[in-house]
Order: sequence, then structure tokens, then C-alpha cells
Amino acid sequence: MEDLQQFKQTYFDESGEFLAVAEAGLLRLAPGNVDLDEVNAIFRAVHSIKGGGGAFGFSELVAFAHEFETVMDGVRSCTIAVTDALVNTLIRANDILAQLLAHARDGTKPELGFADPVVVALRHHAQTAADAVQESPAPSTPVTNLPETVSRVVTVRFQPKADLLMTGNDPTFMLRALTHLGAAEIECDVGGLPTLAHLEPELLYLQWLVTLTTDASLVDIQDVFEFVSDDSLVEITEHSADGASPTASPSETDEAAGGAVTPNSPGGLAPATRTEATVATVAGAASPSQLALYEASAPALAAGDSKAAAGKSSTAGDGAHLNLGGHTIRVDLDKIDRLVNMVGEMVITQAMVAEHVRDLPPGQFQELLEGLEQLAQHTRELRESVMSIRAQPVSSVFSRMPRLVRELSSETGKDVVLITAGENTEVDKTVVENLVDPLTHMIRNSIDHGLEKPDDREAVGKPRTGTVHLSAQHRSGRIVIEVADDGRGIDRPKVLQTAIKRGLVQPGINLSDEEIDNLIFVPGFSTADKISNISGRGVGMDVVRRNVSNLGGRIGVYSAPGQGSRFVLSLPLTLAVLDGMVISVGLERFVLPLTNIVESLRPKATDLHGLVNRCDVMMARGEYVRLVYLHQLFGIPDAIVDATKGLVVLVETEDGGRLGLVVDEVLGQQQVVIKSLESNYRRLDGVAAATILGDGRVALILDVAGLQEMSQHARSPASRSVADAAIQLPAL
Amino acid sequence: MKKKVLTVDDSRTMREMVAFTLKGAGYEVVEANDGQHALTVLGNDKVDLVIADLNMPIMDGLTLIRKLRATPQYRTTPILMLTTEADDKKKAEGRAAGATGWIVKPFDPSKLISVVQKVCG
Repeated sequence: MEDLQQFKQTYFDESGEFLAVAEAGLLRLAPGNVDLDEVNAIFRAVHSIKGGGGAFGFSELVAFAHEFETVMDGVRSCTIAVTDALVNTLIRANDILAQLLAHARDGTKPELGFADPVVVALRHHAQTAADAVQESPAPSTPVTNLPETVSRVVTVRFQPKADLLMTGNDPTFMLRALTHLGAAEIECDVGGLPTLAHLEPELLYLQWLVTLTTDASLVDIQDVFEFVSDDSLVEITEHSADGASPTASPSETDEAAGGAVTPNSPGGLAPATRTEATVATVAGAASPSQLALYEASAPALAAGDSKAAAGKSSTAGDGAHLNLGGHTIRVDLDKIDRLVNMVGEMVITQAMVAEHVRDLPPGQFQELLEGLEQLAQHTRELRESVMSIRAQPVSSVFSRMPRLVRELSSETGKDVVLITAGENTEVDKTVVENLVDPLTHMIRNSIDHGLEKPDDREAVGKPRTGTVHLSAQHRSGRIVIEVADDGRGIDRPKVLQTAIKRGLVQPGINLSDEEIDNLIFVPGFSTADKISNISGRGVGMDVVRRNVSNLGGRIGVYSAPGQGSRFVLSLPLTLAVLDGMVISVGLERFVLPLTNIVESLRPKATDLHGLVNRCDVMMARGEYVRLVYLHQLFGIPDAIVDATKGLVVLVETEDGGRLGLVVDEVLGQQQVVIKSLESNYRRLDGVAAATILGDGRVALILDVAGLQEMSQHARSPASRSVADAAIQLPAL
Repeated sequence: MKKKVLTVDDSRTMREMVAFTLKGAGYEVVEANDGQHALTVLGNDKVDLVIADLNMPIMDGLTLIRKLRATPQYRTTPILMLTTEADDKKKAEGRAAGATGWIVKPFDPSKLISVVQKVCG
């Protein structure tokens, strides 16, 4: 039962919806206006609330829902007439049900007897109907203890009716169930088989005699034939130690079933009796003791203070609606996306207005400017709120990984433990959804290629069990996800050799360790000598990188031989809007994500130092920072070439690397709506996306890590030859 | 091979609980919201057992059972009615329609598993 607790929230959410359905239906229900479909819908709603409630053991709720349901059943079978009084009672009953649900959810006890006036009213309606049709009263005797049992011999004769198979029942399963109860000797009587010419393949001609040595109770044995005992012959004979053979008595269980008649059951089998017993004890559905609780305190309240009761139930209703409805609502994702888009457009419009008023003389339009300032603030808050609607914790993806690790562990024969951290880190739903494949592949890669076999690990002094760390965190306005293992690390000579063999790099090329590591992301690269079942499922690390980059993200790998590898995935938190700084280079405008910017400054000539005949480092705050000339990278004419005449914007990548971007001017901060470059044009190195500025111009949003990578290539002749071979090394 | 069970219920809670319980016992579970939906699912997917609620919108459980029994492929497939109604009339109606047996809601997980094992192994 414990396991079912996890469905409680679903149950409460869904029950809230059912209550709303029931209420809407009840409000339309009126004498002379009875729509049976609607009545059915109300019945189903109450019925479902009761059903789920029973599973969680909310006995008071179930008992009340049962009363409610009984009346609804009468309404739908037209034995209870719809009157104004009835509708009022039902609406109140719905309110009470809501309140009982709220109590059940909060784990609080409902006030004793608060529902009584409504119960009395419901019963009154039900009783009137019952009197009218002269129905027999409901069963009233609860189930008593089942007889104690000891190991003994029982024979079971089972002669199924000929067309038993037509109901989907299969004697094989029943015989097997008997064998689960004890040692069984099964004899099959084939005497009834006709000649082949007369044999109907879909009919049963066999019967069985089973001698069972068991300590199971007679009820358990009867239970095996629960669904067939009323139209097949089932004889159960108990052989006690002294040789007497009393037959199973049906009397005890029959009472529980409300005196159900059991034709054709010579063994005294009562169909469904066990099930009934379960209902009464597990759920307390209409359990007499529960109803007695209502009855005991009902008269006191029922007859007297109807005004107070009405007042109570109306507050009960309001409260319950608030309580149950207030936590979650389900909204179509399209609606949220439309909202996100509108907010995006609003951000652009706001920027446009801000652009127009920028040149107004100060002082004269003070109020307008203040208003615009507020508008900007609100727009930002609105944007954040909307984005948070789409935000989801990465736990939904992380939670799938333990199972993957377990499977991989058994497939590869490697002992692996997965340690996760930061599962609650939130990120846009689209990003979360697109994380599954890259993560799955990265973890596969770590376990398949990274971790060694237990014996190998032991040989190098590592614990036999390998560890894979999976973590998520927010850093510099992005989400950074790491998959780290303590395996053998990337085998660089082998990677390089493979890359040369595949013609991915020139033989004799001089690559740094990092560059070699990153070759695993190059399309067409695979180090596995033979493609394994695990990593070689048609998805290479190149595809992983492409998927990640489609999301505006980057992936990189850091590896230490013998110590393990660390894959780092960095993704934007949202795919819609970002806070940026607009800069100009020549006549071009660019946007730098604000989260990357450290500061901007105008260097003195003495701060600049040349390396390899170029002024490409700058001393800033006591450390050297490499300068990147945007006009050079993007081939922009008429830009300021001398850093001492322009500005240097210090930027930082997620991994802490710093760069100085040489620009003409910093124009100002602005929220920009991200427009994908890939879907409108194609991917460009160093560019994350594009946007439309307030004045209608298109500006490129810079990808700082991408710029860093480009600048490295521009500087290093060896790397340039890699770049020329159309290999885009990942940026990190 | 895992046996496949279709659970048909308009209550998501109930579907999820049935699915959870049976998956834990080694069955594969597919879901449908109502009888009509079940027929669509069954059109694409052969199952070993159907567990159907009786009260459902669009197409109720009894209709579903009758339709399945009229389909050659599902003539002898076990079908369990899932109902909170402990009343014998409903059970008799279900039996007449061709149901194999019934499970009374609320069930406890072990009961559900034992009934399912009883009719489909």
C-alpha cells in the first residue's frame, strides 16, 4: 500500500477536477431538466473520488462519497426524482466532499459529524426511493475472522463448463494457482473427450482432480475458482487427520456477500465472497461502523440547526475549492508559448520606445522617462515570471539515469555507482526535454569507454566500483551539467591515431591535449575498435554536440589520463529572451549576454603587450587577458583598430576563462528577444543567435566561448590547419 | 516475454495505480481513457489481459467487453471488470457480456496482482 502513496497528488489534482465537473453538472440539474449524460458524469465523478479514496484509506471520505453516490445512482436510474430540495442537498454534498478531500490531503481530521445533516438528507432521498421500489435492504453483517488453518489434505474436483474459454478463463492458470498454495497432484480426466470428428476446438472436455497438501484456508482455495464457480462444478473436500471429510461450508462467506445465491456450486463456493470481504475491511466503503458514526451524532444536528448547517456548508465549500484548486492547474503548453512570444514582442516594443525617447532633452520629459523606467522594470519582471512557468527542475531527466546506469552496469560487467547533485536546478522545459539524449549518451560513453573493469581498476589501485558523477548548477546565467567519471580518461595517442587514420587531421600535426580530447566530437569519429552495443547505437558524440549546439549550448571534455574524464554541458536557461549589452563595431551592432560581461574599460598603451608580433594581451586588474578584435574576426571595415582609442569589454566564459573584446563603443543595456539563427539562416561560429533591436536593425548575439575558441584558432597556426579541415572544435 | 495488460479507466489515478502495481509485478501495461480509446489501442497492440472500468464516458465497460467478445482476436482474451460496485447484478451483467472476472475497487496491490495472475498467469 505504501507504494501507492506517490499517486496521492494525482488523486487530489484529479479529484479537484471531478468536483468541478460534479458542481457544474449539479448547478445545471433542475426538476424537468435532467440530462442523463450529465447525471452520469456526476455519478462517475463521485464514484471515482470514492474509488481512489478507498485505495488511500480515506475511510470517512469513502463512506460519505458512498452516500452521495447512492443517491446519484438513484437519480440516473430514475428511481429518485429530481426536486429542488434534492439538488440543494447534492450541491451541499459536493461541498462536503471537497472539504473531506481537503482534510484527507492535509492529513487532518474532519470535525466530528460536520457532514451529518447532509448525510441525513441524502439518506432521506435514498430511502424514499427505496421505499418506492421496495428494495431489499443492504447487507449488514460485517465479515468475521476467517477460520484458522493448518496443513492438511484437500481434494479439489474441477469440472469446468464446456464454454469456459469463451469468457477468457483458462483452467491452466487456476491449476497453476493451486500449485502455489501447496503440494499438488493433478490428475486430468480425459474421459469426456469426443472423437476427433465431433471435437469442437473451442470447447473444454476435460476435468481435473487435484490432491492438495496445503495450509491455505478453504477460502483461499475457493478464491482460485472465484470467477468460474457459479457456472462450473467445483468440489472441495477436506480430509482431516482422523479421516473424516467435512465439505467446505459456504455459510460464513455467503453472509458477507449479502446472502448471494450460488447455483451449481456443490462444493459450497460463494462467488466473490472474498472480494466483498476485502472491500469492507480495506476501504470501509459503506462499512456499517463508518455509517454508524454518522448516525450516532446525526439526530442532534440534523433536526435542529439547519441555518447553522447551511452556513457551515457554504464556507466549507468555498474553503475546499480554494484548498483543492489553488495548488496546480494544467495549462496547454501552446498557451504558455504564446504568452512567452507576446512577452518577447513586448520586450522589443519597450526597447523601441526607450530608443526613441533617449534623445529627448532631459528635465523636460522627466515623468515620461520615469514611467518608461518603470515599464522596463515591469517588463523584466513579467519576463522572469513567464519564464519561470516554463521552468522545470532537471530531476525529471536525472531520475531516469539510475536505471540506465544499472542496465549498463550489468551489460558491461562493470560496477558503477551514480552520484547526482543539483537535481532541483531549474531550466526551461524545452531545454529539459532535450537533455535526455545528450545525457544518456554521455553517461553511456563514460561507463562504456571511461570506466575500467573491476579487476583492471583494482590493478591500478582504484576501488573496484567506478563512480559517475552527474550534477547540474546555474553558472553565469546558464545551466551547467557535468558528467564526470573516475575511469581511465581519454586515451590520447589512440584518439589521435584514429583521427589521423580517418583522415580527420593531418599526420604529424601538433595538437594540444585539449584539442585531442575534443576530437571525439568530430563527425565520423569513434574509438571503439568494434562498435559496442552500448555506445555505438548510431549516435556519436558529434550528434550530441550538434543537438546541444542547436539549443544554444556547448559541450566540452576535460580528461586526465588514469583519473577520469569530465564532460561539461552548458545550456542557456531560456530560449526566448536575454539581458544583453549592445555594442558597436564599425557600423555593425552586436549584443553581448550581460551575464558574460565583467566590465568595460579603455586601456592605456602601457597595458597592452604584444605576443607573436601582435598586441593581443592586456593587463587588466593584475592579470593578463587575451584581446579579441571583433572587427578582425568578423571582417568589419571602418572599425576602431587601436584598443586605446576604442573600448575593451572584459568578458568571462562559464568555465572562468577571460577575454577582452575590442569594440568601438558600448551603447547600452537592453533585453533582447532571441531569434534563432539556425532556423532562419545557418549556424555561425562565435554567434549564438540574432535579435531585432529597437530601431529595427538585426544584431547578432555573440557567443563568448565561441569567440574564445575562434581567437585561439586565429592565433595558432597549428590549430588553424585543424580549423581549415572543417573541424569545429567545441568551445570551452 | 512480459505479458501485456491494458487498463481502461477514465480516472487517471486509477490507471496509474493499476499500471504501477502491475509493472512492479513484471507486466507491461498500456492505458486507455475509455472503451472507445481502448478499441483504438487494441487495434494496434495485442494484449494478454484487459482490465476495464465499467463507468466511463464515451463507451462504457460493458459495451467494450461485448465489442471485444465479438472480435475474433479477443474472443478468449481475459477481461477483468474494475468496479467499485459490489453488487452482484453488475457482476452478472459483466459475466453475461463476457467478462472473465472482476476486481473490486479499491483493491490492494497484492489482491490485484493475485487476480491478474489467476486469469493470465
